[in-house]
Amino acid sequence: MTEHEHIRLPEGSIEKTTTTLNLGPTHPATHGVFQNILELDGERIVSAEQTVGYIHRAFEKLAERRPLYQVTPLTDRLNYCSSPINNMGWHITCEKLLNIKTPKRVDYLRIIIMELARISDHLICNSIVGVDTGAYTGFLYVMQYRELIYEIYEEICGSRLTTNIGRIGGFERNFNVIAFQKLDKFLAEYPDVLKEFIKLFERNRIFMERTQGTGAISAERALNYSFTGPNLRAAGVDYDVRVHTPYSSYEDFQFNVPVGTTGDNFDRWQVRNEEMWESLSIIEHAYRKVQEFKGPDAEVFHADVPEYYLPEKEDVYTKMEALIWHFKIIMGEINIPAGEVYSCVEGANGELGFYLISDGGRTPYRLHFRRPGFIYYQAFEEMTKGSMMSDAIVTLSSLNLIAGEIDA
Amino acid sequence: MTMALTNEIVKEKLVAKFGEQVTAFAEPYGMLTFEAPKELNLKVLNFLYDDEELKFRFLTDLQAVHYPEDKGRELAVVYHLHNLIDNVRIRFKVFTDISRPDVYTATGLFSGANWMERETYDFFGVNFVGHPNLKRILNVDEMDYFPLRKEYPLEDQTRIDKDDEMFGRG
Repeated sequence: MTEHEHIRLPEGSIEKTTTTLNLGPTHPATHGVFQNILELDGERIVSAEQTVGYIHRAFEKLAERRPLYQVTPLTDRLNYCSSPINNMGWHITCEKLLNIKTPKRVDYLRIIIMELARISDHLICNSIVGVDTGAYTGFLYVMQYRELIYEIYEEICGSRLTTNIGRIGGFERNFNVIAFQKLDKFLAEYPDVLKEFIKLFERNRIFMERTQGTGAISAERALNYSFTGPNLRAAGVDYDVRVHTPYSSYEDFQFNVPVGTTGDNFDRWQVRNEEMWESLSIIEHAYRKVQEFKGPDAEVFHADVPEYYLPEKEDVYTKMEALIWHFKIIMGEINIPAGEVYSCVEGANGELGFYLISDGGRTPYRLHFRRPGFIYYQAFEEMTKGSMMSDAIVTLSSLNLIAGEIDA
Repeated sequence: MTMALTNEIVKEKLVAKFGEQVTAFAEPYGMLTFEAPKELNLKVLNFLYDDEELKFRFLTDLQAVHYPEDKGRELAVVYHLHNLIDNVRIRFKVFTDISRPDVYTATGLFSGANWMERETYDFFGVNFVGHPNLKRILNVDEMDYFPLRKEYPLEDQTRIDKDDEMFGRG
């Protein structure tokens, strides 16, 4: 007998024992454009149906009309909390297709940027989990260090959120002194802030009660759902693209891959914190390696690929050959070699893959983005069924669902 | 200690099992790629999953490609699979006639295939037979075409204010 059977409904009333609730598409608790049609029995979730696509922008179709370098700004808008990783992932895909070997210094500079992006992404995710469990302070407090990271991007590429950072073959310009000064400041100050941030939550009884045992997924189910990244690692599987398929010279670095055991909200939160520590040590290591370059090597910031890398502006105005390359690149008149390539990077959310098919024309014949967020959002119902609605909100945050990435 | 899994071993095992039905072996940029008739897609996926040596139990990605010139096999459904233990990736393709784009669903094997197949249906119109909930996912439900097919150009072809003739793409 269910708990509702004893209730006598008045004549003519609808005999529905559950409540339908539209969570989203625009609700402050969902941190993005998500719609969940929840079927609730009291406060317990009976079923959840997700509607995605509210901000679908047809990037894969757009990419079929664009030369490679014009695709980079599209990738910015996938997971916009860590755009530089998407940008680098795309450059690395192109370089794989074009057989371009990037200099070590470029790889290390890229790693610095990608790990900064990972920190800023995890920072947002973890502090939002705090907000959703009733602690706003952490979120506001760490914002200033995301700001500092954005300022570093700004010094390098001129923009902050949708960065379009780097080029095929390297960076558009060398890192300037201010960028390194800001990096010094970040490396000096951030560890204490992170320590304080973790201290605020880690042994907080309310936070523990809200996150431990909620939104859990087993390693087996996570793998079957094609989970990757921190969400898979929180369930106990130590899969990390940086280790399994190293790119951008990650093989030169030693770092730990933190894993959880239960795959619940608390473990996901913990894994992300640990990854921030690892990222910090990778950045420090890469920074030291960058400083070790001497003489002309210390000025290298791109590979020598005139077909894809824009020449210096000064040369464009004074040298015929540079002018021609400039024109050909900007107008997209360079045919890319035919081939198909799958390349992936460890995005802040998991394996961000690019499946690029070229038929030898000037634009990709087909480009598909493997968006980790899109893939694991479908497990949301399974992860929240039977749980309280307020726990589902925390689960939504701790999965780090980003609408831009899901909807492509 | 067993031998590490290589592309050659995967290929040998596939050929031993399916004979001449697995074709077009290639290794673009090091990733073993092959084809099978679409009727066999689940048999191949199951074999790759269950075989104690192969263990391709992680579905990295699933999507389609449209080749309008390739009559009778206009749509390719491409599976990227990963053996996480030996760290080997492979790419498996099945082709289908666009007028009968029926391909068996992989959702029975991989829960993660659910939305990937919905997305593929949404953009290419591949009909995944047996899928529990095959409906549009990113586009609006009212849409009556499959936008990533090549016959739908990105730009309005009736525009006359743009002349691309000079750039080899008139």
